[in-house]
Amino acid sequence: MAYDKFKILESTAVPLPIENIDTDQIIPARFLKATERIGFGDNLFRDWRYSSHNIPKKDFVLNNSTFKGKILVGGKNFGSGSSREHAAWAIYDYGFRCVVSSFFADIFRNNCLNIGVLPVQVSTEFLEKIFNNIYENPKTKLNIDLNQQIIRILGTDSSESFEINEYKKGNMLNGYDDIDYLMNIKDSIEKFAKKTPL
Amino acid sequence: MNQTLFDKVWDSHVVHKINNGPDVLFIDRHMVHEVTSPVAFLGLKKRNINVLFPEKTFATADHNTPTKNQHLPVKDPLSAKQLKALEENSKIHGISFWGLGHEKNGIVHVVGPEYGITLPGATIVCGDSHTSTHGAFGAIAFGIGTSEVEMVLSTQCIMQPKAKKMRITINGKLSKGVTPKDVALFIISKLTTSGATGYFVEYAGNVFEEMSMEGRMTVCNLSIEMGARGGMIAPDHKTFEYIKNKEFSPKGKDWIKAMNYWSTLKSDKDALFDKELLFDGDKIQPMITYGTNPGMGISISNGIPNAENQEGGIKTFRKSLQYMNYNEGESMLGKKIDFVFLGSCTNGRIEDFRAFTELVKGKKKAPNVTAWLVPGSHKVEQAIKSEGLLTILEDAGFELREPGCSACLAMNDDKIPAGKYAVSTSNRNFEGRQGPGSRTLLASPLVAAAAAITGTITDPRTFY
Repeated sequence: MAYDKFKILESTAVPLPIENIDTDQIIPARFLKATERIGFGDNLFRDWRYSSHNIPKKDFVLNNSTFKGKILVGGKNFGSGSSREHAAWAIYDYGFRCVVSSFFADIFRNNCLNIGVLPVQVSTEFLEKIFNNIYENPKTKLNIDLNQQIIRILGTDSSESFEINEYKKGNMLNGYDDIDYLMNIKDSIEKFAKKTPL
Repeated sequence: MNQTLFDKVWDSHVVHKINNGPDVLFIDRHMVHEVTSPVAFLGLKKRNINVLFPEKTFATADHNTPTKNQHLPVKDPLSAKQLKALEENSKIHGISFWGLGHEKNGIVHVVGPEYGITLPGATIVCGDSHTSTHGAFGAIAFGIGTSEVEMVLSTQCIMQPKAKKMRITINGKLSKGVTPKDVALFIISKLTTSGATGYFVEYAGNVFEEMSMEGRMTVCNLSIEMGARGGMIAPDHKTFEYIKNKEFSPKGKDWIKAMNYWSTLKSDKDALFDKELLFDGDKIQPMITYGTNPGMGISISNGIPNAENQEGGIKTFRKSLQYMNYNEGESMLGKKIDFVFLGSCTNGRIEDFRAFTELVKGKKKAPNVTAWLVPGSHKVEQAIKSEGLLTILEDAGFELREPGCSACLAMNDDKIPAGKYAVSTSNRNFEGRQGPGSRTLLASPLVAAAAAITGTITDPRTFY
């Protein structure tokens, strides 16, 4: 199922400088009961965002209108824990198209790539620089150029390159997904299946 | 030859290699549950395609299922709808479905091995991170997202780059009262929750060799909590003994052929790992977590560490302790607890119930403790009854619930109330994991049993 193409994203960013943010925080399990992929953004960071009486918590960044944008910047080891793709869906549905961190959990990273949210892994120093710039001036924009694999902090001369494998990069640039690819080699998959013992 | 166990299984399942991209990996067994599959089935419908190999796909309901009165309709309409969707999707696509009320129903990672769906050398995936459990049999097993569930349903393949390889070797003798859960929590406390990210782990050494299959499953189950893609243990006579004559395991000539192949599934003597870690089994103590990720664990008699030099930084560490309402330097022993949860894909097997029962035998549950004892499957439930454990548990003031994921993740009715402390044999102590505001202390079935009796955090060895 094709998704939005991702080429260059230029946007202000939302800072969340907490480490080990797990997918239970991104979306708690009680909101995983849908049978369709709709409305997950409303429950993004639900228990950090709202009190038990559903009152927005003022000290949480998503409730602070100073910080807005299509890029979420999180602390190290972002997306650990449960494999729930709902976490990536919630991030997408809320309006983010890119998550920047100094380290991502494996399954979360895959899930993001599979739905068209770009995970950008930067060095600890660069992450620090991004946080500092955003806190100094919340209007600071980041520019993420997927083709060049470069992330820039606009208004400064700071930039860093990031890694992504060529195949996934192609998918993101063109809005393809893995099933498109796999359906094309279905014959060789079926041939392979015949010789597997199980 | 310098291949690892992981190399042998992975390489034999690569359908196609993409330059500077992922491998196309063939999947032998796809387990499906109600939470992460409906959107994948919807995807198939939109693309107008069917499940390619329904006979390699197994569905069971576990996350949303109530653990009381399973014969009655599910009360929560959203849970009921999700359960119904799995039933209908399984029917449409001809997938075996062990739903609520089915005699083989249970937690996906408990029933897979019980019926011989899990086999050595197989590639196994499920839209659930604790799929790593099945690695205990020498399978490559890992959790996937819903997009990947759709891939496997439609093409029986996923596309992932091959992981790096790590071997964790533990030799020595575990002291009495130290269980496989403690071994796993010990490793995670050393590695942190991201220490094995990007790796597939092989567990080696006599500590794992001497473990039962149930124990190995507990260890492999928790691989994801150190960030690993999965964990595995080379199959041996115990593995074969466990699988033999199970409903889905090979029989007759096929069994002999399979055994011959499975016997080759071990890392070569000069196998190359990207990282090797060595720990001393003698030093491992009963463990308990004090914070909000599984890496925040300590030996039960140690104090909560100071924030300085903690992984995650001072700010994250203090946020975590604040959530738990604990202070740096405090002792965990003697702290009051409110709930005990025995169960989950980590510790919901018969061996866990035997351990718990042995400790509580002839004693009484503390009146201030609510205890939820939830078998991982109907098969475990039956064994609890037939082995006479239930009578002992009931005499000690406990009751047994019906199988399911229960309080591990609070998707069903079993939720720990805000602010309450639960000693839990499950796998995650994240904020709100067991219910909004709940506070989880991960531990072994023995530590859980000791806490259930005293109402406080207690070293189980004091009962010996």
